[in-house]
Amino acid sequence: MTLIETHENLTQIHKQAVLDFEQKRSSPDFQIQGSDELKAPTEKEVRVVLRNSGVIDPYDIHEYIAKDGYLAIGKALQSMTPEEVIDEVLASGLLGRGGAGFPAGLKWRFARGAQGSPKFMICNADEGDPGAFMNRLLLETDPHAVIEGMLIGAYAVGSSQGYIYCRAEYPQAVKTMIHAIEQAREAGLLGNNILGSNFSFDLEVRMGAGAFVCGEETALMSSVEGRRGEPRPRPPFPAQSGLWRKPTNINNVETYGNVPQIILKGAEWFASMGTENCKGSKTFALAGDLNKPGLIEVPFGITLREIIFDVGGGIKDGKGFKAVQTGGPMGGCLPEKYLDIPVDYKSLTAAGSIMGSGGMIVMDEDTCMVDIARFFMEFTQDESCGKCVPCRVGTRRILEILTSICNGEGRGGDLELLETLCREIIQDSLCGLGQGAPNPVLSTLEHFRDEYEAHIYEKRCPAKTCRALIKFVINEENCTGCTLCAINCPVNAITGERKKVHVIDPDICTRCGICESVCNFNAVDII
Amino acid sequence: METVSTTIPNPLTIPEQKTFIDSIIERNRNKPGATMVVCTELQNEIGYLSAPLQEYVASEMNVPLSSIRGVVTFYSFFTAAPRGKHSIKFCLGTACYVGGADQLIEKAEQVLGIKIGETTSDGAITIEACRCVGACSQAPVITIDEELFGKLSASKMPKLLKKYQD
Repeated sequence: MTLIETHENLTQIHKQAVLDFEQKRSSPDFQIQGSDELKAPTEKEVRVVLRNSGVIDPYDIHEYIAKDGYLAIGKALQSMTPEEVIDEVLASGLLGRGGAGFPAGLKWRFARGAQGSPKFMICNADEGDPGAFMNRLLLETDPHAVIEGMLIGAYAVGSSQGYIYCRAEYPQAVKTMIHAIEQAREAGLLGNNILGSNFSFDLEVRMGAGAFVCGEETALMSSVEGRRGEPRPRPPFPAQSGLWRKPTNINNVETYGNVPQIILKGAEWFASMGTENCKGSKTFALAGDLNKPGLIEVPFGITLREIIFDVGGGIKDGKGFKAVQTGGPMGGCLPEKYLDIPVDYKSLTAAGSIMGSGGMIVMDEDTCMVDIARFFMEFTQDESCGKCVPCRVGTRRILEILTSICNGEGRGGDLELLETLCREIIQDSLCGLGQGAPNPVLSTLEHFRDEYEAHIYEKRCPAKTCRALIKFVINEENCTGCTLCAINCPVNAITGERKKVHVIDPDICTRCGICESVCNFNAVDII
Repeated sequence: METVSTTIPNPLTIPEQKTFIDSIIERNRNKPGATMVVCTELQNEIGYLSAPLQEYVASEMNVPLSSIRGVVTFYSFFTAAPRGKHSIKFCLGTACYVGGADQLIEKAEQVLGIKIGETTSDGAITIEACRCVGACSQAPVITIDEELFGKLSASKMPKLLKKYQD
């Protein structure tokens, strides 16, 4: 790697990189490792943050430079003051992509204005929401965009040291980032006097260790400091007193990923995408019962219906749509009637869910919403750090009630009790985890109350999911005696001779449903 | 935390391992927030953070043992006992849960004769549930050591597991 010491160097290397890029692509042997998670954009999609993903080789800094990489930090250092950088980012309307949707430029202004030195930059890459993998993909496919975004932010804020906090569940992302940082350092794009200026900045990757709460910014900083990842009350906000009690700016991976292009192409260009209050585009991880799951990038303002049916290809196996879960375990489940709302931070919150970081799980008619609420509560209950009582004890009590409802042991009054508990946990918890934990319960109670009632009063699971309320039986007419179900049953509950109708012993059966999913003759009924 | 019937070995009594442990501590000693970095490297390289090892790290790094123990018990990636030779993790993210992760677990439990969180008696395989690994479009997925296996079903499990059963 040649050292890029001046702006002239950068311009030359950029020119050469563009030529090399073209040449490489024209070679018949050229192949870039594709990913079935990110397909070519469909009609309703855009490629802003993901513009380089799957296009460049993430392990070669020259490829990033060929796509105008590091020209934005060059432009900022050469012709913009830190205040001008902040103004540009503010004017673009870029909102924090981690979930809260706070204006990124404003955050930078607070950190710049804060007293204290040194100042730190943090990239929150602790993407813990189940069902979300936008940040992982960006880190793995365009690591230098995140580095450049942090460089620009550091210049604006006046910071010389940054940390990327990445969860340990993403070993490939960690590897890619460390490699990219080393390359940038060798090129002189990280380190002292970047591009011959007075600006110096370096970066280090810190790994999480499997604690979801560390995605909360104060808990994250506590973890970087080497302690248990427990949140602390805010204020003071990180901009005033963050990492090691110094002014700290913390943004999400995708937020940083947007910055270089805003500086290069201008705030106006960025603000031309999206809605009145919500500019630009957003990546979503589409998963669940869809024909085309995967990573997408769409402009804000698109409707949920367009995302699910046009981009996501509709519901799998010709089944009916039931709900879309947005915002991860702090989010909510929205039914059909909300499918035409425009997707932005405000609309989703008004509908009783949240944007979150961009996970979107689509569920078909066979999904039990009580079970889903229980699933999320199991998650938050387990991930609660235990520091504050409402979250530690409250989530456990909610889980107990939900579990008893799923087990057919729900009682009258349970739903009212749940609602009271949820409201108190939201009001009294210390951090976003506790404040958001009741959301899946409240949103399913609001939109799918009849399902809860069927569990409690009729001891019936309408979606035929809750194990205590269903039974698997062999359909004698359809059964061919192929023995496939018996072979696959994990508890040997199925007996029967070859070519003769099989029988499931209900006392042994655990209702796992494997027999139903392996049967080719539709011969296992759920009653 | 998984239960292991055999006694936990002490890596400090094995000279090569001790040298290795010392080098990890030495390399990171002066880093700000070194505790997490040292624990992560030890977990990755040694495989577990046993009680004597925690005590050693505390005294070498001159931090209270409570801080080390606090960190080790807080984060789910740290274990005080060794895992099996192969670590199989079942993703319990939303997409995998909806996609039938529980069926995979039940099948694996049957094939291996152990419950989730346990290690086979020959020490070959540990099975655990884990948080979303972010491969949701391939749900349900499991990871075996560092490798990811997606779009699985219960009927594919016996063949897949066989490769790792020594």
